[in-house]
Amino acid sequence: MADDLNTPLLDELEKGPWPSFVKDIKSLAGKKEMAKDLLRQLEKSYEDKRGYWKHGGLVGVMGYGGGVIGRYSALPDEFPGVSHFHTLRVNQPSGWFYTTEALREITKIWDEHGSGLTNMHGSTGDLVLLGTRTEELEPTFRALTEKGWDLGGSGSDLRTPSCCVGPARCENACFDTLAINYNLTHQYQDELHRPMFNYKYKIKISGCPNDCTAAIARSDMGIIGIWKDDIQVDAKAMAEYVDSGMDIQGLVVENCPTGCIGMDGKEINIDNSNCVKCMHCINVLPKALSPGKERGAAITLGAKAPIVEGALFGSVIIPFMKIEEPFEEMHDLIERIWEFWDEHGTSRERIGEFIERVSLATFLEGIGEKPLPQMIKAPRDNPYVFYEEYFAEEGEGGK
Amino acid sequence: MSFEFNGKTYETDDDGYLVNLDDWNKDVAAYIAEQEGVEMTDAHWEVVNFLRNYYQEYSIAPAIKILIKEMKKMFGPEKGNSAYLYNLYPAGPALQACKIAGLPKPTGCV
Repeated sequence: MADDLNTPLLDELEKGPWPSFVKDIKSLAGKKEMAKDLLRQLEKSYEDKRGYWKHGGLVGVMGYGGGVIGRYSALPDEFPGVSHFHTLRVNQPSGWFYTTEALREITKIWDEHGSGLTNMHGSTGDLVLLGTRTEELEPTFRALTEKGWDLGGSGSDLRTPSCCVGPARCENACFDTLAINYNLTHQYQDELHRPMFNYKYKIKISGCPNDCTAAIARSDMGIIGIWKDDIQVDAKAMAEYVDSGMDIQGLVVENCPTGCIGMDGKEINIDNSNCVKCMHCINVLPKALSPGKERGAAITLGAKAPIVEGALFGSVIIPFMKIEEPFEEMHDLIERIWEFWDEHGTSRERIGEFIERVSLATFLEGIGEKPLPQMIKAPRDNPYVFYEEYFAEEGEGGK
Repeated sequence: MSFEFNGKTYETDDDGYLVNLDDWNKDVAAYIAEQEGVEMTDAHWEVVNFLRNYYQEYSIAPAIKILIKEMKKMFGPEKGNSAYLYNLYPAGPALQACKIAGLPKPTGCV
């Protein structure tokens, strides 16, 4: 064990029943000086209440503009192990399916070339390799590509598309999320590896409105499964739920956001014209209810976290699109959006901010889409719960 | 930092970018390119010359998006795309071409 660390503040984070990143990093401290200095620098950050990472610095691998995020310690003399601590994003497989062999491959490469620390997965969806030196970037990249891996996106490019497990494991998937994710990743390799956009462009793909990739809140472009016709009801399974004594009135009927469900004995009646596809009834009664048969996806645009401008939720731009090989309709839409955003957007302007600035009407005209009732004037802009005291603190100290 | 070339000392920043814009000439550009492992062809000079002209006009290196767009305007779509530029400058048109063009290191989170 690494007894020479002397990190009393970090040690606090090892207490309690939950997983601890301190424990994780310490498990590597025995063999990696990088892991030790990482802990020591963080301990100092906790003592001094400030971060000691220098942001940015352009580093990368030959031929790619993205995939590597440069990190340098601001105190390289004190913590030489983390003087360089670059992050590599590795393009994850669709739906995050790995063989154990693939995982061993990755950890072996990373043990040889980097800190050994991984983050599976980052919020971009990528498999994140944390911490290596500039001179190790090319050898790591070579080792990865030899085994068929590739880097993901970073900077002002198409970020690695990411999708839910979809039909591989989930009965609610309204289309093959894995297939379109794979297709888009290959279709747009140039956009993924060579940043040339105004700013980042994230595509997240969820097979149903449960939205397991959080596309509605976290992707510039969300592709979210949806159906057009009626929710499918298995009357026999429904009757079994009723017979089991389940409180269907309280758990389902009264929780329907539009009140479009009624019970008639053992029969469920859904007024599908008023259904907003919230998935609640289907989630609670999975054996009896399932999405309709006419399936496709709704396309949302504009979600983002509060950097530069405030946070935004995505809002609908295409209410329904069939998602089928070879996905040409999707390519066509994506390219129309990129073209207009590229031509008229400003530097560091996300697609959501761009639409807000030029107005939805102008944007629709620019990409050649017609206004539809499913579109809204302005998306919800606050996906977070903020507490009053946070506001107070921000006002006093500033950033 | 600095380097010597043809008996003259060139002052650079920590990453090897020329400090004085006026120090630049074609010979020193070719020398920097050599250090970068880039063999300068007419196609390479097109990009470098464009960058220098742009910098002289706007006092800033163009964003990659603008570089691509302007290259497209001047030389057509087969040269106005990022794959073409990365082919010429594998470490990235922003980083490597600016260095050879004697411009300051581009900043920003790319």
